[in-house]
Amino acid sequence: MSNTVIPAPRELVTKPRRSDQLFRVIVTAGGMSSLIILGLIFAFLAYRGLGVIRIEGLGFITNSNWDVVEDETSNIISQDYGLAAMLIGTILSATVAVIVGVPIAVFSALFLEFYSGRKARSILVALIDLMAAFPSILFGLWGFLVLMPSAEYWAKLLNKYLGWIPVFDVPAPFFTRSPFIAGLVLAIMIIPITTSIAREVFSQTPLDRIQAAYALGATRFSMIRAVVIPFGRGGIVGGAMLGLGRAMGETVAVYTVLNIVYQVNWQVLFGSGGNIATLILLKVNEADREEVNALMAAGLVLFLLTLVINAIANVLVNSLGKTGR
Amino acid sequence: MTSTLSQSTSAPKPGRPWEPTVKERSQKILNLFIALALSVVLLFTTGLNGKLGWFIAFFVSLTAVSFIVEYRRAGKPAAQDSLLTSISRFAIALAVIPILSILATVAGKGWRGLHWGLFTQDMTQATVNDPIQNGGMLAAIVGTLIMVSLALVFTLPISILTALYLTEINGKFARPIRFLVQAMSGVPSIVAGLFILSALIYPVTGERTGLMGALALAILMIPTVARTAEEVLLLIPNDLREAGLALGATQWRTVAMVVVPAVKSGLVTAVILGIARVIGETAPILLVSGGGESTNFNPVSGPMGSIPYYVWKSFQLGGTEESIQRTWAGLLILLLWVLLLFTIARYISSRSQKR
Repeated sequence: MSNTVIPAPRELVTKPRRSDQLFRVIVTAGGMSSLIILGLIFAFLAYRGLGVIRIEGLGFITNSNWDVVEDETSNIISQDYGLAAMLIGTILSATVAVIVGVPIAVFSALFLEFYSGRKARSILVALIDLMAAFPSILFGLWGFLVLMPSAEYWAKLLNKYLGWIPVFDVPAPFFTRSPFIAGLVLAIMIIPITTSIAREVFSQTPLDRIQAAYALGATRFSMIRAVVIPFGRGGIVGGAMLGLGRAMGETVAVYTVLNIVYQVNWQVLFGSGGNIATLILLKVNEADREEVNALMAAGLVLFLLTLVINAIANVLVNSLGKTGR
Repeated sequence: MTSTLSQSTSAPKPGRPWEPTVKERSQKILNLFIALALSVVLLFTTGLNGKLGWFIAFFVSLTAVSFIVEYRRAGKPAAQDSLLTSISRFAIALAVIPILSILATVAGKGWRGLHWGLFTQDMTQATVNDPIQNGGMLAAIVGTLIMVSLALVFTLPISILTALYLTEINGKFARPIRFLVQAMSGVPSIVAGLFILSALIYPVTGERTGLMGALALAILMIPTVARTAEEVLLLIPNDLREAGLALGATQWRTVAMVVVPAVKSGLVTAVILGIARVIGETAPILLVSGGGESTNFNPVSGPMGSIPYYVWKSFQLGGTEESIQRTWAGLLILLLWVLLLFTIARYISSRSQKR
């Protein structure tokens, strides 16, 4: 029995060269740029907008007046800024978009992933990816000039049969340029992103579970219900929220379709409304200094709103795959 | 014994039990006809009309007919299965109809407004309500090209460095940075314009120029390019990096001479997707680049036009037949750019997949 000498564990040290250190510093600095840009956006909008928010207080969100009163020499006599009308408009049209767009997107993703043949799938996926690259002004003008007439007909139909529900009621028979039609355009705009996320989530479903379900005699429907949906639930919700974030921040498409009126309107079929982004676009070029600050504050609200929604959505999409039967 | 065996085994006819039989096929065709008849009845008895109304009536009746048929043939599970099948077919049809409609309308209405003058004249001598032969999109096309290429100059280093940080260094900030890049891709485009307005135009330059437009576009472009670049960098097998390091190269030389050359085509795809993302951006352009009528090659002084601005102006200021025609022509040019970029990106990525 000789004594076995156990050598002390060696510590492995890599000392990067000067060039590598420099490389790492540059790449890390570049990597931080997204943090810096987002921080700068927040800082500058807050710098210009916080004054208005401080004066208006919580009323900036709950009031629905956006008035600047000037005398003849364009001195401001009184000003009052409240975002409630546009906030409601934002939520209203985005909600319509999600209610209409997400089911279409999720079922399309199911079709692409589990029903379509190989060739049809590649063509359809290419079309939907192409749609994701369409500029928003294209959707807006198409929505105004092509979709509007038939959407108006559907709005009238909804009003005729569901008018007893307060949301579908209208104070006057004016159905063009309503939040409902803007929501339909937004729904078409969020279909590509929601479809592609849902499809990605569905394609990650473990193949052994799918095959196990089929081996137990499941139809496609019961396989999807028992395996795919429980597995991808978080991803679907996340994709829907990403779509919601897009729909809330959309400017040009809503501006072209919607009849922008600064009034609280929660009746989706009535042709008046707006959202925060369109308010900014509408007012910024004629606004004086103080009103610009108020618009910056509105931009800050929109920025934080979409940031929070996107953050939740990304967490949901990324943290997927632990559940499911 | 062998002889009896060889006699009994005649080659069986290859069958395809998974393919629908003649009976099933004829049942499907019958279903179609019943649904067609039912949808016509629905059209006449209810308030539905129009192409879309007929489409929906047809879908509802087809779903109902096949549901009942399947239920009688094989019970509840089969009926549920047929229900999901028809709903998802309907959904994909609803998703594709707008794309086809957009492509068809823009092509159909836009091509009549095309003429060579579009590429050689600007709008200094014409208003939007003039006949389409007066004036053109020269200022817009030049402006868009300048702004997008400038935006690319800002975007490229930042987004490639971000992607390299996420894949090559993968430090302790990698997760939060990835999260922030994702969050950045959801920043509304108008907020990007507002940011440039508040950070640069009001306090510093006081003038709306092409450079400001390019900066706003860069903010929107960075997340797209960075995420696509990260995806292609992740596809590079680690063996390549290890081989580089094992040969004695430093990390930066491995990245510069092995990793980046290996993903060159992927990076080109990332850039093209980024360009396609911003080329039609309208809201920030309206806020920060001014939008001029005359052709302006100088991005640091004077307003600069762009294709989306041209379309926007033709639509907003016009109201006549001519201005609408101008709008469609502008949209067609814009759409052709997007289609061109998209086709190039897909061609490159499909070619690199084959290798």
